[in-house]
Order: sequence, then structure tokens, then C-alpha cells
Amino acid sequence: MIRVTRRYRFSSSHRLHANRLSDAENASLYGKCNNPYGHGHDYEIEISARGPLEPRSGRAVDPAALDRLVEEQVLRTFDHTYLNSESAIFQELVPTTENLARAVYTRLQASWNSVFPGPWPVLDKVRIAETPRNIFEVSENDG
Amino acid sequence: MLITKRVEFSASHVCRNPQLSDHENQELFGMAANPHGHGHNYVVDITLEGEPDPVTGMVLDLKKLKDVVNREVITSYDHRFLNYEVPPFDRVVPTPENIAIDIWKRLQPQLAKDGGRLHAVRIYETPDLFVDYFGEAA
Repeated sequence: MIRVTRRYRFSSSHRLHANRLSDAENASLYGKCNNPYGHGHDYEIEISARGPLEPRSGRAVDPAALDRLVEEQVLRTFDHTYLNSESAIFQELVPTTENLARAVYTRLQASWNSVFPGPWPVLDKVRIAETPRNIFEVSENDG
Repeated sequence: MLITKRVEFSASHVCRNPQLSDHENQELFGMAANPHGHGHNYVVDITLEGEPDPVTGMVLDLKKLKDVVNREVITSYDHRFLNYEVPPFDRVVPTPENIAIDIWKRLQPQLAKDGGRLHAVRIYETPDLFVDYFGEAA
């Protein structure tokens, strides 16, 4: 079994604001991340897939196929957007990078078979660095 | 406990399965199938697993690890055209997956002599593409 990881980048803005909390509570909880006009990050995202070596190609994952899936399901959706206004999922959920990582994982998993129809490779994990110092990771057992 | 030594080498390769036609190779590997080859600055992370020795405080002497990696891998790989100069890549496509497996096979028996337990080989073909191999058992 081999794990293959590909790194991508996208830039988006977000505002951390929980609808169920008051303005004062939001300001206290999220601090500068609650700025009403939002703010942005250059997200660096690593997608890992794993599987056995496929004898014909000597590879476990076709990186071009993974690129297509990520382009369609992640970059086209999130790159250069305001997550709060432009992503349906973040109308309800706060676009923390925890929730973003889960959303990316779910989107990739939902379309995985269109690009990887066989039993292998499988999606292994999604790791997002919101900044080089804040990093969030979701794998298949995280539910 | 895990300890990791990072090493680098630069090499050229071509991704081509000789049992397939030129067209099939092009379909499968894209630009990487260019028969003249192309190169990368590979970065390799060698990770060992173990407990620190009560006397030395070390899992394995990193200098000894570096010597083994240099002798078994880097002197063979660095500044070479892998397909032509470094077996088994005369018959095994030098994808990063296969390079990671070959590095594991070269290192594992040598490290075992010094009581080292290899945990993982990670190889970065570029900063944006890397593979992890944990041995046949994993």
C-alpha cells in the first residue's frame, strides 16, 4: 500500500461568525476573524490517496486524474471566492478551516468514483494549511 | 518514537512501460513519457521507529543513518539518468512509488544490521507531489 499526496493552492476570503451567537459573543470568540467585511488566506491543501501499485503504470494513483477531480470539485468551487457568500454549505456552517476541510473531503468522496471507478485508490486524507502556522487534517475515520 | 533524516538527490527519468506502445505510454504518463527524459530535485525523508538507547539517548545515530543512506542510495541515484544507470529502473518504471519501494529495499536490510527499524520512506518528486511507503506489511 502506497500513499500519494498532491499539493494545491487556492485563495479565498471568509468571516468567522456563528449565527447562533450574539454580535458581542462573536466578537469575543473569533476576535479579528469576526471582522464584518471578512479577510482572506492563501490556503495550501494536500490531498492524499492510497492504494496498491498498479502494475501497468508502476503507480498507485494517477496524479493527472486526481488533478482533474480537485480542479472540478475544489478549486473551481472555492478559489477566489468569498466562502460565506458564495458557497451554499457555508450559509449554515461557519467557514472555519475545520469545516472547510470536511467540506473538501465530502466533495471529493462524493465524486471519487467518477475519476477512480475501481476499488483503488481510495481517498486517504485532506490537510489544509490556512496559513503556514494553522493546519487542519481530516481522514476517513474522522466521520 | 519516530526519527527522520532528510536527504536530496537530483536525477533524470522517463516514465515509460516498454511493454506498451508509444501512444499508450503517452496516454498513461503524459509529459513524463518524453523519451529524452526530464529531471527532478528529489527530496527523501527516511523515518525510523524505536526507543532512545538509555545510554546514548539516541534511537539510531543520525550520522550512521546518513552514511548508510549515502552509500546505499545517494551515490547510486544522484546525478544519474535512472532508467539507464540505476537498476532496477532498466525494467521497473521509475515512478515515485517505485523509487520509494526501491529505497526501502536498499535501506531496510542495512539498517536492520544496526538494529534500526525502518518506518517510512517519503519521496518528494516535486514539492507538490510526494509518496509514502511503509513496507510490504502495511
